[in-house]
Amino acid sequence: MKGQGRSKATGPVQEETKMYAFDFERPDTIDDALKALGAEDAQPLSGGQTLIPTLKSRLAMPSKLVSLTAIPELKGICTSDDGALCVGAATTHAEVAAGAGAYPALAALAGNIGDPAVRNRGTIGGSLANNDPSACYPAAALASGATIVTNSRQIAADDFFDGMFTTVLDEGEIIVEVRFPVPQKASYQKFEQPASRFALVGVFVAKYPDGVRVAVTGAAEDGVFRWTQAETALSSDFSAGAVSGLDVPDNAMIGDLHGSPEYRAHLVKVMTGRAVKAAG
Amino acid sequence: MPKDGGIGASTKRREDIRFLTGTGQYTDDINLRGQAHVAFLRSDVAHGRIKGIDTKAAEGMPGVVRIFTGADFEGVGGLPCGWQVTDRHGEVMQEPGHPVLAQGKVRHVGDPIAAVVAETPEQARDAVEAIAVDIEELPAVIDMKAALADDAPKVHDDLKSNLCYDWGFVEENKAAVEEAFGKAAHVTSLELVNNRLVANPMEPRVAVGDFAAHSGESTLYTTSQNPHVIRLLMGAFVLGIPEHKLRVVAPDVGGGFGSKIFHYAEEAFCTFAAKQLKRPVKWTSSRAEAFMSDAHGRDHVTKIELALDADNNFTALRTETYANMGAYLSTFAPSVPTWLHGTLMAGNYRTPLIYVNVKAVFTNTVPVDAYRGAGRPEATYQLERVIDKAARELGVDPIALRRQNFVTEFPYATPVAVEYDTGDYVATMDKLEEIADISGFEKRLAESKARGKLRGLGVNCYIEACGIAPSNLVGQLGARAGLYESATVRVNATGGLVVMTGSHSHGQGHETSFPQVVADMIGIDASMVEIEHGDTDKAPMGMGTYGSRSLAVGGSAIVRATEKIIAKAKRIAAHIMEASEDDIELKNGQFTVAGTDKSLAWGDVTLAAYVPHNYPLDELEPGLEETAFYDPSNFTYPAGAYACEVEVDPETGKVTIESFAAADDFGNIVNPMIVSGQVHGGLAQGIGQALLEGCVYDENGQLLTGSYMDYAMPRAEDVPFYKVDHSCQTPCTHNPLGVKGCGEAGAIGSPPAVVNAVVDALQRAGHTNVMHIDMPLSPSRVWKTMQG
Repeated sequence: MKGQGRSKATGPVQEETKMYAFDFERPDTIDDALKALGAEDAQPLSGGQTLIPTLKSRLAMPSKLVSLTAIPELKGICTSDDGALCVGAATTHAEVAAGAGAYPALAALAGNIGDPAVRNRGTIGGSLANNDPSACYPAAALASGATIVTNSRQIAADDFFDGMFTTVLDEGEIIVEVRFPVPQKASYQKFEQPASRFALVGVFVAKYPDGVRVAVTGAAEDGVFRWTQAETALSSDFSAGAVSGLDVPDNAMIGDLHGSPEYRAHLVKVMTGRAVKAAG
Repeated sequence: MPKDGGIGASTKRREDIRFLTGTGQYTDDINLRGQAHVAFLRSDVAHGRIKGIDTKAAEGMPGVVRIFTGADFEGVGGLPCGWQVTDRHGEVMQEPGHPVLAQGKVRHVGDPIAAVVAETPEQARDAVEAIAVDIEELPAVIDMKAALADDAPKVHDDLKSNLCYDWGFVEENKAAVEEAFGKAAHVTSLELVNNRLVANPMEPRVAVGDFAAHSGESTLYTTSQNPHVIRLLMGAFVLGIPEHKLRVVAPDVGGGFGSKIFHYAEEAFCTFAAKQLKRPVKWTSSRAEAFMSDAHGRDHVTKIELALDADNNFTALRTETYANMGAYLSTFAPSVPTWLHGTLMAGNYRTPLIYVNVKAVFTNTVPVDAYRGAGRPEATYQLERVIDKAARELGVDPIALRRQNFVTEFPYATPVAVEYDTGDYVATMDKLEEIADISGFEKRLAESKARGKLRGLGVNCYIEACGIAPSNLVGQLGARAGLYESATVRVNATGGLVVMTGSHSHGQGHETSFPQVVADMIGIDASMVEIEHGDTDKAPMGMGTYGSRSLAVGGSAIVRATEKIIAKAKRIAAHIMEASEDDIELKNGQFTVAGTDKSLAWGDVTLAAYVPHNYPLDELEPGLEETAFYDPSNFTYPAGAYACEVEVDPETGKVTIESFAAADDFGNIVNPMIVSGQVHGGLAQGIGQALLEGCVYDENGQLLTGSYMDYAMPRAEDVPFYKVDHSCQTPCTHNPLGVKGCGEAGAIGSPPAVVNAVVDALQRAGHTNVMHIDMPLSPSRVWKTMQG
């Protein structure tokens, strides 16, 4: 069968937009971005992997979107004098996967977020600022004791996350860079939710000279958290066996279609053990 | 055989060139001059009474052409149901009205309340948000058994209850079945759920209505598996438009899986509104709308019992099933849990006595209708699960128990009213054991164990009834349609052919396999044959594509029409070669006279038909075009045996499919590559149902799985490289091609294999109390089961 349209058929029309109308700016300096964000109901847009679907579902109505992806200062990966890996906030997951060789566990995490389309648009700054309770990057930042550098201050990861979809970022404050101290050993192990492939439970284990840090995403109602009992146990004995005897963390766990709170708590333990094993 | 592929050749699919290069023509690609766009306001509550709809503010919005509500459809028909089931007490089913736009009440989340037609889709959507609807929310009924309680809220106030019908089959056998259970040496009982699914074709539904004021002709472009059926249902029952004033076109369709068989409100709306407004009206479903407005599939809750004698022979079977109809009766919904389900309960086995009870229930959910397999997967799943459980309880090998009870003599009349014409279940099981390397399982089990994984083997059989027919029988069973197919074969003057068929192709490869049949019959190249389908102005009539019927029924119609062409062409050839018609032979595209060296090429004869200078005009019309309607005398009965091996991660409950083997008997095969592809796709859907997919409502009727964030579709990494074999062939005895149909087999046969395998894995790991896990076997569910 060939064409079916009648003679009055016209050519293809452009894909319909579904979002409410908004203004759009794409500044190339941080100052201009901050200025643009001063408008009422203006919202920053980085890779848009959460915001654009939200807009398409008409669940948000910003007056203006300010793209952060054309600002050179926000892009790229480098190593600071103290050896930390510095990732620009607008660096995509694909760029981190390819360019964070100095921190292999971080590169591996980035390379396993979503699918190639998501990885080529989504950014580390966007992910951290959004603080989705099932996102991967918050676990990396928290387990690494990273520093989140914004246009106005430096925030320790321990202080940055403030519950599901919430951070301590002020209105109009934007992330510029994320500094990751590079651990001796590390691994991120993600157990995927079958439908979304977000983390049902993801555990990032990082071993530093002064101790082990363990951060858990996907599991808890308050979002990413550190499992301190496991950190203590692993700091004295960095082996999967050190975790197996622990009680599961007592945080309030998420219960939904894809797993009960008990299941998630159990997976935290399993994935921590696997991360330790994978870290070697 | 034609050099570019006749019957039996794995000819590459010619339609793939356009699909793979982005040059297909889908309904959404159709944009008509002056078209307006419609957006629907849909109910966000599962059950409620509409107290008022205020469209005033919306009417003043930019670009709004007109706003329609249920009031605009008073006097217009409702969406019809195409099958009437008579219950076990001799009463016809309760059949509620199904308005195009809600009248008085909303009955599921997604039920359309109002429609805004505007210049652009965005304007239509903006105006929808400006409509104020006052709805008094009512308690919703979601659970089927709760819906049947005496004090349950009624989905339809004008019906006696939420029970659509209480069907017994075969009612006369009921007492004998009870008696056999009383005498049984062993009874195995199992309660299970066949999980509700959303079809999720890649292309969402689209409808474009058009109206030509000068001729009074309406045209509907739609994503349908059967445009002629839509023309009949919508024209005759909803809008009152006779066929000659209504054209329905279903161009390239990006998958249907059953969900695009049915007549939907949006199709009727666009056709109706285009006529009212005298301009084209287009609707394109979003994925979110698809989840809450495409008919869902499955959703059965069943108790099945199998009686065996002391020698492990099956002596009786009885089932009680609650089948969810959703809020309204979708086009063929009543037939799915009854005639497409009860008639298959014998499976591949000699069970002499069977009784099937089905209670169909209205709930405040999206209507449920046929989804790939339609009733037959539900039958196969419960039967093959209960047999597996029986084998486990009796401590016998599940393959041996099946073999012992196989039907081995054909034709075989089952106790559930059908007659299997041919089959060889021993041969398919033998083939399965070979390709699945069943004897090597213990070795693989040990390897898995060494890696800390639990391995299990699941085997099952299936039989399906395809090419549902004949029309006079299905009429007695309640079908309000015939189930034949038509074909017109048009031979052009220079010898090329166009075949117009009522079988719609939306992934099945008809444009490749049908020409193989015609080319083979005539002895010409398949490239000389073109297929036209999907347009009611082209094929004379069509019942469409579903139930694995296209080749068996539509293909047979093409054979009959081609036979008429050949017969006429031979008469023309006989005249030209001055020979007796009986002596004319057609081979490799050449007409010859037996015993002579006289010969005429195919093209010489076709040219003579249109340039009839030397032609028997006194006894034969010029031209070469024939139409045939084919109404089969019986169903066809494809059957097979499947084996699945899984590994279960004991720490997380995650199941991975390590191997899957399918030995099918599809009778004769026209294109083995397409058949393999159909099996692969079916297996992926069956594995999806078994491990991943599940549509879930909360107790208030809100859809919890309304997007891909929560509704898990199978992906490439979820399925293995399949081992498929269709070398066991017992040709169908009653259609001219000897074919049986292959489209649904994979989806029917695979869920029990997966579940049998997971239960086996857990049993082997010492979880001896685990006899069943309901689908989908998600990691959390398997883990929970292992916790005891």
